[in-house]
This record gives sequence, structure tokens and C-alpha cells, in this order.
Amino acid sequence: MEVKNSYIRNMKHEDFKDNEYLDAYVKELRASGLNIAVAKLDDLINWGRSNSVWPLVFGTSCCAIEFMSLAAARYDFSRFGWEVTRNSPRQADLIICCGTIVHKMAPVLKRLYDQLAEPKYVMAFGSCTIGGGPFKKSYHVVMGVNEVIPVDVYVPGCPPRPDAMIYGMMQLARKIKMQDFFKLPKQPHPNLALQNESNTQDNAEKENGLLHEAGNDAVIEQKKGGAQ
Amino acid sequence: MKVIADLAAQLPGATVEQQGNTFLVAVPKEKLHDAASMLRHNSKLQFDYLNDIIGLDNGDTLGVIYVLVATQFSAYTIRLKTETDDRENPEIDTVVDLWDSADLYEREVYDFFGIRFVNNPDMRRLFLRQDWVGYPLRKDYDADPELNPIPHEAEDLDKMEDLPSLEIDLNGARLEKHRQLFEKEDYVVNFGPQHPSTHGALHLRIALEGEIVKKVDPNFGYIHRGIEKMCEADTYPQILHLIDRMDYLSATIHRHGFCLAVEKGLQLETPERAHYIRTIIDELTRIASHLLGWGCMCNDMGAITAFIYGMRDREKIMDIFEQTCGGRLMANYSVIGGVMADIHPDFQKKVRAFVPYMRKMLKEHHILFTGNPIARGRMEGVGYLSKEKAISLGATGPTGRASGWSNDVRKIAPYAAYRHAEFAEMLRTDGLTFDRYVIRLDEIEESLKIIEQLVDNIPGGAYAAKTKAIIKLPEGEFHQRVEGSHGEFDVYINSRGEKYPYRVKFRSPCMTLVNTLKHIAVGTKVADLIMLGGSLDYVIPCIDR
Repeated sequence: MEVKNSYIRNMKHEDFKDNEYLDAYVKELRASGLNIAVAKLDDLINWGRSNSVWPLVFGTSCCAIEFMSLAAARYDFSRFGWEVTRNSPRQADLIICCGTIVHKMAPVLKRLYDQLAEPKYVMAFGSCTIGGGPFKKSYHVVMGVNEVIPVDVYVPGCPPRPDAMIYGMMQLARKIKMQDFFKLPKQPHPNLALQNESNTQDNAEKENGLLHEAGNDAVIEQKKGGAQ
Repeated sequence: MKVIADLAAQLPGATVEQQGNTFLVAVPKEKLHDAASMLRHNSKLQFDYLNDIIGLDNGDTLGVIYVLVATQFSAYTIRLKTETDDRENPEIDTVVDLWDSADLYEREVYDFFGIRFVNNPDMRRLFLRQDWVGYPLRKDYDADPELNPIPHEAEDLDKMEDLPSLEIDLNGARLEKHRQLFEKEDYVVNFGPQHPSTHGALHLRIALEGEIVKKVDPNFGYIHRGIEKMCEADTYPQILHLIDRMDYLSATIHRHGFCLAVEKGLQLETPERAHYIRTIIDELTRIASHLLGWGCMCNDMGAITAFIYGMRDREKIMDIFEQTCGGRLMANYSVIGGVMADIHPDFQKKVRAFVPYMRKMLKEHHILFTGNPIARGRMEGVGYLSKEKAISLGATGPTGRASGWSNDVRKIAPYAAYRHAEFAEMLRTDGLTFDRYVIRLDEIEESLKIIEQLVDNIPGGAYAAKTKAIIKLPEGEFHQRVEGSHGEFDVYINSRGEKYPYRVKFRSPCMTLVNTLKHIAVGTKVADLIMLGGSLDYVIPCIDR
């Protein structure tokens, strides 16, 4: 009986690039012994979660137009269950960061990220969000959103084609499938978070540690940066 | 133009020089307001359209250039220049009492150069945070990231509401004043910067009285990327890709404008074939942009079907772009001297097939939405913009034309292959939301006509002129106007004879459109505000640059 696999319905496993690390991780998970009942329940929950990711589209510039193409008839992302774009972070699972983030916008993005409920994900869509892109020399551009919030999936391109976006979303679906739902970090109580302003750094480290256990790399990036 | 030459000669303390269709007028800064006022209220010829205000750092002095156009003779421009040698506390008289559009332009110059405009009641920074250190477009700006680190907290709203100003009254007394943006009892709502209907990262602060909008204060800079500063450190071919990313919906048109300005400076003969190809690509871009604008406006009103239909037709254009240019949204096609590569063998066939398809779909769009009684009920009688106001605000493009202002640069100062095509300038007179809506669909029809006439007559020959490996522009100023899909886009290049420009300024058509929203939204219902924004069809990264 196989538990914890990285297969998703929409695309064959062999068609993904860089599968080795996921395969090795699955092997390691199984070898270390999993409780079948819990793991099966976990698989079921993750199957549901990975097929109905609700994104908050943080569209600031050009990439947002390509995202609109993705939403329209030709690419039609509702085939994959991500069409429920929410305008409030409190209803969303994922921030899709479409477009350059500048100094003035950075605290706004950070606030929206903090308002997302756990488990939460971030997708950096386009070169600007990955590392400043063509605006590397600018005085007002944040050189990659990972300076502000942690990122799960990077989709390169300037702007990326809608197809690239679909690939990125599938990588995220695989990542969600591999996670241990019962061990995911829980959202701290809002009042508690306010009191412990100074503890945010510790929390971020803890979060990093947990995700480090999950052992992701390459395209599915580790959560890094943490709370700034 | 004798009238303009006479007028310019009468200006107090002015030196006049003519360069083609442009009159360069330099006045001392004490006489600036008098000169501007004379041009604005002259009985013979009124310079009623302030096209742009350009700040300039000349090294030892700080200058300001006012680009003025008389709508009677739109092909001619006056560039009114003045400068101040005080770099510590530069002060220049405001012209905000003469032109409504001067408001945001002066704030922009203050933000970038630190020039304070005397008697302008609102001298906040426009793009950067109020606590930003330094003025980035000055040549001696210190770009040390330590000075301006990434902020942790969003900007304090109280700071945004405090309007500092420097006023000199009739007796010559200097007064440092602080006004409040809103009254104490105002009910203020934040709209944006993250909101699906702001068409980008725009932040509006709206004072409401019940459901009625009392005051709108746009807040820019959430996508300010410092493109103009970056241009100063880039060679001319390197700048091209930055222009695509400003107004991504009319990317090829704006890029075309920059190429034309550089070619003007180099006195480079662009092959006729390149002109034709560029024009067709520009018109395709215009159609794509209008389709998206139309779809988004309908989406803002609650008709998602229209959005899906608009995007569907737009994909056809994206396919043509992808085949010929290699890119979908960022076509990256025009280069200095021509185009990047020759057209794809299937280009003409595909464009020819697209024209009747789009005509058929346009009819469907009209049936689907224009005739819809609910849509008409919402759009008619809302958001009136008079012709005079449109000119004073500098609301160019379809918005101005819906108010009856004939401002199409393709007609006024034809460039590229527009002189070979017959087309009408779409004009409406009512200036309501419905007119701004219909005029976009009408312009798609006109663009199709242009494409139809040009696509079969693309001349043979080279697709690009040969340029030197390192392009150096001769010393001087070069100005080019083109008609973008949202309005008039201008490129101003100040060259000192090097391979990098000394100063590049882009006139953003969308900035005046947001300024227009500020004026026409007052008195409407808050639900209509979204639709008004949709009807003006602005793109925020174009404003913020």
C-alpha cells in the first residue's frame, strides 16, 4: 500500500523536470515508517487541497495581464480548480505575486501575507518578483519578493506565458501533496501575534525548520527569508 | 506659424528659437507666470493644452520645461523653459491656476527634483513616500540603499493627508502653510492599492457623503520603478525594453515613439517597409488594448461574458504577434532604424483573415452589450466631461475624443505610414461614460480599416536601416509625439552627445486620465466610480514609470 506520492492527476510524473529529489524524498518518507491510517487520511486531505487552491492575485503590472489571459477562455485555469480568485486574503490559500514589488508596496504585500490563513503559499510570477528582473538597477524596486515574504514556487519569464503559470501551479499542487497536513504550522492567535512582535523572528525560524524537514529544493523552493 | 512667432516674441524677457514645428522659448523664472498666463489667455491664440512639465537637472541649475499646445493648431508646440540656480531651495511659480493638469505634473517635478512650486496648494511627493530621502532624478542623488531601506510599515495615512505648501502673498510675505486633505467629519474610504478593479496598483482615498463621492485623492507610486533614472545609465537600444514594460497594453506603440525620437536625432532614414510593418503592429496593439479595456470595463460593471469574449478575440492578435515578433504581450519588435526581424511568411495571410473575423465579432459585442438596457442605464448620463475641461486636464486619447476634442496625433502630426492610409478620427460630443465606451469599439473599426489598407501594400526592401554598433545621439533635444491606445504618448530626449541620454522623459497619457477621474467622480455614486475608472481605461505602471 503506497502512501505519500507526488502524482497529480493533470500531468504525468515523467513529464515534470527535476523529479529526482521528490522521488528520493518519497522513498525516505516511506522508509522511515508512516502510520498508514494517518498517512492515508493525510493523502485524502491533500488531494482535496491541491485541487482547489484559492489564489489571491496580487497583480501590479504586466504579469497581471498574462494572468488575465490564463483566466480567459483559451487557457482556462478553472480546469484545474484554481479559478476561485479571492480578493480578500482571509479567504485565500495562495498569493500569486504578478508584477514588480516596489518599496512603497512591500509593506502592503507583507500585511496581506500576514492576513492569509495557514497553510499558505506564495508564488512569484515573473522576473521582477524573482530578483528585480529588468529593474535590477532601480532605486525603488525590491529585488525579489523573497526579501519581504517567503516564496514556494518561482515562475520565470518576462512576462511568463500562461502555460508556464500552469506548470508552476502543478508544481505547487505536488508540493501540497507531499506535505504533512497535521504537522503544518498553525496560525498564531492574532492577539498573541500583536503582543509578541519581538518573537516574529523566532517564529520564522521555527517555520523554516519545519519546512526544512519537508526537504524541498530547486523549483519548489524552500521558504526562505521569513518575516522581515 | 507667424501667429505663434509673434506671440512668442511678445513674451516678457523671452528668447525665441524655432526648430521645425517647435518654438523654444526661454524666460527668466521671475517672468514665468506672466509668460504662461499670456500664452494661456491670449486673445488671438490660446495655448489651452499643457502637454507636459519636464524637470531637468543641468548640473549647476535646475530647469523646468513646459510643453504647450494650442488646440487650434495642434501640430505646433511651444517649449517654455525656465531655470533656477538655487539648488538648496529651488522655487518656481506655479501654473496650477492656468491649467488643471499642472497639479500632478508639478508634484512629479517636486518629487524627482525637489523644486517647490510657489502657491501650489498641494506640494506632497507624488510617487515616493513622504519620508524618502533625496530627489532621485538629480544628478547628485545618493542611491545608497542604507538611506532608503525597504520599509516595514505602510505609509502613515496622516502624513498623506497633510498638504504642505509655500505661498507668497501680494505683499511678498512668505507663508509655509499646512492644509488638511479631508475635513474632520469626512467619512474616508480606502480603495486599493490591492483591489481587482483599480486596473493596477492605484490607491484612491475617497471621501463619501452617504453613497455620494465628495472628494477623490489618487495616491501613486505603488509601482514606481524609476525607469527614467535607469534610462540615464542605459544606451539607447537598452532603453527599448524598459519602455515596453511601462504601458504594457500599448507597448509597441510607445516603443515605436521612442525609436522615432532617436531616429529623428540620428537623421536616420527608416525603410518604408519598416514604417508599414510598425504601423500595422501598432494598430493591432491598439485593437488588443481596446478589447481588453472594453472587456475590463464590462467586467467592472458585472458582465463577465464580455471580458471572456474580449480576451478571446485578443488571443488572435497575440498569436499573430507570437509568430512574427516572438513575444505575446511584450512584442519587443521595433528597434532603432526599423524592426527586429522581417515579418513571418504567414503574417499577411493571418492579418487578412483577422480583419473580417474582428468585424463580425464587433457586431456581436454591440448586440451583446452596447444595446443592453441595463448597461445603457448605467452608462448614460454619468461622468460628464466637457470639452474645455478635457483640454485643460490634458485628457487625450479616446477620453478626450469622446468629449469632442480632436486630438488624434495620427491626424495632427502623421508619423510612420499613417499618411498612406485613409481613416476617420472618431469624435463624439457628449462626453459621457457611454461615449467613452462606444468610441473604443468605433476605433477598433477604424484600426481595422487602416490595417486593411496597409497589409496588402507592404513595400519590399530592407526591414531595418543599418545603424552603428554604438549609437550616439548628437547634442540637442528631441521630442516625438505618438498616439498610444490610451492617449498621447510623448518622448523627450535630452542628449549631450554621448551614448547615454542625459535625460529622458515620457509623457504618460494615463496620469491625466486619473486626474480626470478626480474631477468627474465628484457627485457620482461610489458604485459608479469603478465604472468611470473602467471607461477612462488607465494603466497604472504607465503613470508611475
